[in-house]
Amino acid sequence: MMQQIVMYPLLFQLFLSIALIFLWKKISWQKAVSIIGSFINLGLSIWLFAHVWENGTKSIQAGNWEAPFGISFVADAFAASLVLLTAIAGLAVSMFSAGSLRSARLKFGFYPVFHFLLLGLCGAFLTGDVFNLYVWFEIIIICSFVLLTLGGERSQLEGAIKYFTLNFLASVIFLTAIAVLYGLTGSLSMADLATKVAEIENRTLVQVNALLFLVGFGIKSAIFPLYFWLPASYHTPPPAVSAIFGGLLTKVGIYALIRMFTLVFEIDPFIQNVLLGIAFLTLFSGAIGALVQNNVMKIFSYLVICHIGYMIAGLGMMTEVALAGAVFYLFHDILVKTNLFMVSGVINRIKGTGDLKKLGDLYADRPLMSFLFAIPLFSLVGIPPLSGFWPKISLISAAWDLNNYWIIAAILLGSFLTLIIIVKLWSEVFWKTGQKLPEQQNFPYFNKLRNYKKTQLIVPIVFLSLITLYIGFGAESIQNLSVRISEELLNKQIYIDAVFNK
Amino acid sequence: MEVLLATMIGTLYAAGIYLMLKRSLVKLIIGVILLGNGANLLIFLLGRIAKGSPPVIPDNSKIFLEAYTDPLPQALILTAIVISFGLQAFAIVLVKRVFQVVKTDDIDEMNTTDAQV
Amino acid sequence: MKTLILRTASKYMLPLLLVFSVFILLRGHYLPGGGFVGGLMAAIAFVLHAFANGLENTKGLLRIDPAILMPIGLALALLSGIAPVLAVDLPFMSGLWWPDPVPIVGNLGSALFFDIGVYFVVIGVTLTIIFSISESA
Repeated sequence: MMQQIVMYPLLFQLFLSIALIFLWKKISWQKAVSIIGSFINLGLSIWLFAHVWENGTKSIQAGNWEAPFGISFVADAFAASLVLLTAIAGLAVSMFSAGSLRSARLKFGFYPVFHFLLLGLCGAFLTGDVFNLYVWFEIIIICSFVLLTLGGERSQLEGAIKYFTLNFLASVIFLTAIAVLYGLTGSLSMADLATKVAEIENRTLVQVNALLFLVGFGIKSAIFPLYFWLPASYHTPPPAVSAIFGGLLTKVGIYALIRMFTLVFEIDPFIQNVLLGIAFLTLFSGAIGALVQNNVMKIFSYLVICHIGYMIAGLGMMTEVALAGAVFYLFHDILVKTNLFMVSGVINRIKGTGDLKKLGDLYADRPLMSFLFAIPLFSLVGIPPLSGFWPKISLISAAWDLNNYWIIAAILLGSFLTLIIIVKLWSEVFWKTGQKLPEQQNFPYFNKLRNYKKTQLIVPIVFLSLITLYIGFGAESIQNLSVRISEELLNKQIYIDAVFNK
Repeated sequence: MEVLLATMIGTLYAAGIYLMLKRSLVKLIIGVILLGNGANLLIFLLGRIAKGSPPVIPDNSKIFLEAYTDPLPQALILTAIVISFGLQAFAIVLVKRVFQVVKTDDIDEMNTTDAQV
Repeated sequence: MKTLILRTASKYMLPLLLVFSVFILLRGHYLPGGGFVGGLMAAIAFVLHAFANGLENTKGLLRIDPAILMPIGLALALLSGIAPVLAVDLPFMSGLWWPDPVPIVGNLGSALFFDIGVYFVVIGVTLTIIFSISESA
């Protein structure tokens, strides 16, 4: 049984989603099954992570077809930790949506689709086959379409049109890239490609292919000139959905970029310059976009884009320290962004609006809760010793070693603009004396909720904040993990040997 | 055959992107479908077009006795077709809902999520 | 499209097409066919019936909501996938084969159950999509 441990989180998610479809009409059952299932899934993911941490990279061949002919599933430290983070964020969002979503939305199958989305995420992290990665990406986007449009309000539908078009375009570009790659090498297994792509003589074609992958994954991870679908759509669905989108969806694109550009493609000076340029512009444009917004959810949407820049910068520099920084930032960003969208949901519930101009008084009304919300907000800025601070040190020191002062400037500028945005948000939402808002009919205000609903809204935020605090104060262990991951990423042979069972 | 297919793929991509740039929602969906078909044909072309028998080894032998065709591109295309079938079904329902709610086919009218700062 | 010819024909076509879809499903492992094509064919049989006799009649004929076929098919596919993991500790989706061929069906293996699962899912998905689109039209 221990041989198959790589697949357990995947299989369990699939089992969970099927069980939830059988319970289609029984909403309260769905809530209970989803939360309990997320706990079990967290246990399985911790088990997988501990196993990989102790025994090194683990792989299995689906269908017992030998690599490279079959589809391999590979759990290295990177994939296993991302599966673990998906489980953590999944548990938090599962609980949060039980408290925050209206039953009209739950009746149209929120929970089954949500768990299919988590299944797609786990699959994308664990797979060792390029085409299989495409299939998981499609599962993710189909589920995200459904989650985005559940409820069918006008803004949701308009956002969904943009989201659908650009994500479909990204999939087609990704598929085109796979076709070219298959034509060049005759293989789809990433471990096999790692050796075969290096032997191709026509380097120009390889470079074009690498750029196709960059554009395909770039649209999905919302990098600089390709991000316009994100701020048009992420603020439209309910906060529970935005939380899982903002926390995990763009990060899969980043994961795929890091995986492809460390394992399959070499980063040559041209691609390096492209990546660093993109990182600079992403940091800058995302921050500027967030600066002019007045809606809490829209600010966070732009910040999602902004902070993608850090990870792209780490990938572009491609040294051990830089990759460790990028990976660390990825971990931090998943937890904090998920948490922030949930926070914005609670703020919306308390005041009945997400508009900065109308909000205010939150600190006076609820000091304890404000203190809780401060943790993710200021972790995002990276005020030491909170979690966003440590990866930036790695990134800056890597850029210093490369004498690349532009990137240092971009990283500092990005942090500085984030600080301004968060401070503005803090003073507008928490400290300002707000105006008296007219009470809306039929709006489920926070203080009108029953106690167990309040708990369901607050406990996930506390849970994620505690983990964020652990990342901040226990940064050494996370740093060790990130360094080990970046060593594994730079030494392809570990991955290749694990797949071919040498 | 290769030249013909390559021309067709080019035409499909060009037509798909052209239609996606139009302002009409229905044309957007048709463009999306054409693009998907172009990508499928591209896999077919790049998997090498060769005549051969199915890649099944007969009962009484251990190796392939004659030239066989690569079965993988077809498996990939089938998967891609199934996926795009699902996506297109969703897209068509979405377009219909959008038309019912927004009461127009013009994408330029659908900018309320971007416009409000 | 309530013409007499189509209505009369669809009465005989429905069982014929369904039997043919099962045939396509069973020959699928080594020959062209399989769960996906078979499922589409079965779905088309019901769609044809709906064309000729109206949606309500077809729904009455089906008795169950086609959407329930989706989780059933998925569960069957998942079961056939994890059977080797649970039974003999082989990787997910390894083929388990019954040693002797069964008459009519041929070689019996876990792949067949996976295909039957796909067959159900495809019928469920296709009919749900088509029914809901034509209902709201």
